Amino acid sequence: MDPENQDRIKSLVDEHGAADLVVVLGAADLEALEVAAETVTLGDPAYVGPLAGVQLGLPVVHILEEDVKEQVDPSIYDEQVGLLEMTLDVEQIKRAASTFPGRDGR
Amino acid sequence: MGRNVRGPVPELMSAAVHSCSLVLAHAPDLVRHGSKPTREDAAEQIAPRLRTFEEALGYPPHQVFLGNLRPEALWEIERPWWGHPVEAPREGPFGVFVDEEELYRRLEAADQFQLLRLDGREAADGSLPIYRNGDRAGVMLRAHDLDESLSASVLLENLACKATGALALEHLLARTGFPADELQYVIGSGEEAVGDRYQRGGGNLGKAIAEQAGCVNASGSDVKAFCAGPIHALVVAGSLVSAGVYDHVAVVAGGSLAKLGMKFAGALRHDVPVLEDVLAGLAILVGPPGDGAPTFRLDAVGRHRVGSGSAQQAVLEDLVVEPLERLGRKITDVERFATELHDPEITEPAGAGNVPQRNYKLMGALAVRRGEIPRDQLDAFEREHGLPGFSPTQGHVASAVPWLPHGLEALRTGEIGSTMLVAKGSLFLGRMTELADGMSILLEPGKE
Repeated sequence: MDPENQDRIKSLVDEHGAADLVVVLGAADLEALEVAAETVTLGDPAYVGPLAGVQLGLPVVHILEEDVKEQVDPSIYDEQVGLLEMTLDVEQIKRAASTFPGRDGR
Repeated sequence: MGRNVRGPVPELMSAAVHSCSLVLAHAPDLVRHGSKPTREDAAEQIAPRLRTFEEALGYPPHQVFLGNLRPEALWEIERPWWGHPVEAPREGPFGVFVDEEELYRRLEAADQFQLLRLDGREAADGSLPIYRNGDRAGVMLRAHDLDESLSASVLLENLACKATGALALEHLLARTGFPADELQYVIGSGEEAVGDRYQRGGGNLGKAIAEQAGCVNASGSDVKAFCAGPIHALVVAGSLVSAGVYDHVAVVAGGSLAKLGMKFAGALRHDVPVLEDVLAGLAILVGPPGDGAPTFRLDAVGRHRVGSGSAQQAVLEDLVVEPLERLGRKITDVERFATELHDPEITEPAGAGNVPQRNYKLMGALAVRRGEIPRDQLDAFEREHGLPGFSPTQGHVASAVPWLPHGLEALRTGEIGSTMLVAKGSLFLGRMTELADGMSILLEPGKE
């Protein structure tokens, strides 16, 4: 995750506190997902960005997961994510999301 | 709605693409001066994974770039392509690949202010050390001690863009036999910001490139739109010719030194050579219809509108669906779409996936949604209507244009009946808007 996004997330946590925040990822690349999830929970694994050594411990989900999808107005979801959803291996991404730090891996 | 609806186009409104040249310049000793390697002080880390000129020449995507291989050939060559070199001539029908010696010679020739000094001197006073074959060769001087826009690194970026853009324009003129002194206008479409502190990015590299290529009767200007720049510039060039303002206009762009080694960390992590060791350049000759040159459909230019939002679907609706609907056509009526043609062997190790493949899947999904193809045909869309990525990740160069010389050939021979160039730009990177951008243009076979 690039340092600027790390900085934005860190600023949001400073402003609102970690208790009321959840990170919704949208990336399709499994490795990128893994790195992003680790960054916002355990800290920047590359140890270069603002989250290096900072354990935010935020809950992480993916926009393609069912219980996330249910939270979004279907027409907006369709407009913003619908096409992407059709092109991705959704099951593979859901499996990857289930192993994010703090999840039980089911 | 703001939709562009109008009647048939008068015969007068017409312009053609006569030729396109694509060039590569091997620049392993300049990778250290790319933005990312500079920031991470990574020259030593990168050095063992740089390629020799021969390795870069034999890299299959580069041979597609020069026109010695068809793009589709990459689908048949085993990955990783860098592990499966092909026959490696320095020249192809569409372009030439120069080595670093020749690049340095051209940088010196393009440097009217004698700022590049390859005389072995040590770096001092804000100058940038320049290496050759891994050894110190001289410096790039700054042109002012306080003006950031005239710092050595910015000037080297601009000089690299000028020299490689001129290499492409010279190749275009030589290849077509078009007299340099008959070219009337040159539009620069690269992303480099030329100017001093009072007009950062003031530009007109187009005219500087015209001068370097000996186009004494040309003027020029720059059209800037991030990676979509060349397609915006093509639309402007076609419009100028069709309006009768000029007979012939060239669209040019040089390479992006800042992007050398941009994704080196991913490459090193996956034990892949640093493939971002080449500068690329392009030049396109636009003129009146004739000689069988493929023509623009200026009545079907796709533009991403301010109000459309930045969702992938909205961008594609604007760039692909809306202009085709204006002609009463479907997505699947277009034989080949060219989108950002980034080489996946550069983007995948960096976690950015296969960019062209993702774009074609989205286009295919749009075709499914519109009922043009069944759901089970979605994966086939890429090979039936798309292309593999074969361009260096040189921003504006990678955006659709590397397909253009291949596409012009296919239109001339009747292999295809139409092709659409689709480019997108990340305007938000400049922090002046959160918008994305994009532009598309449809080409069809021309008349004899």
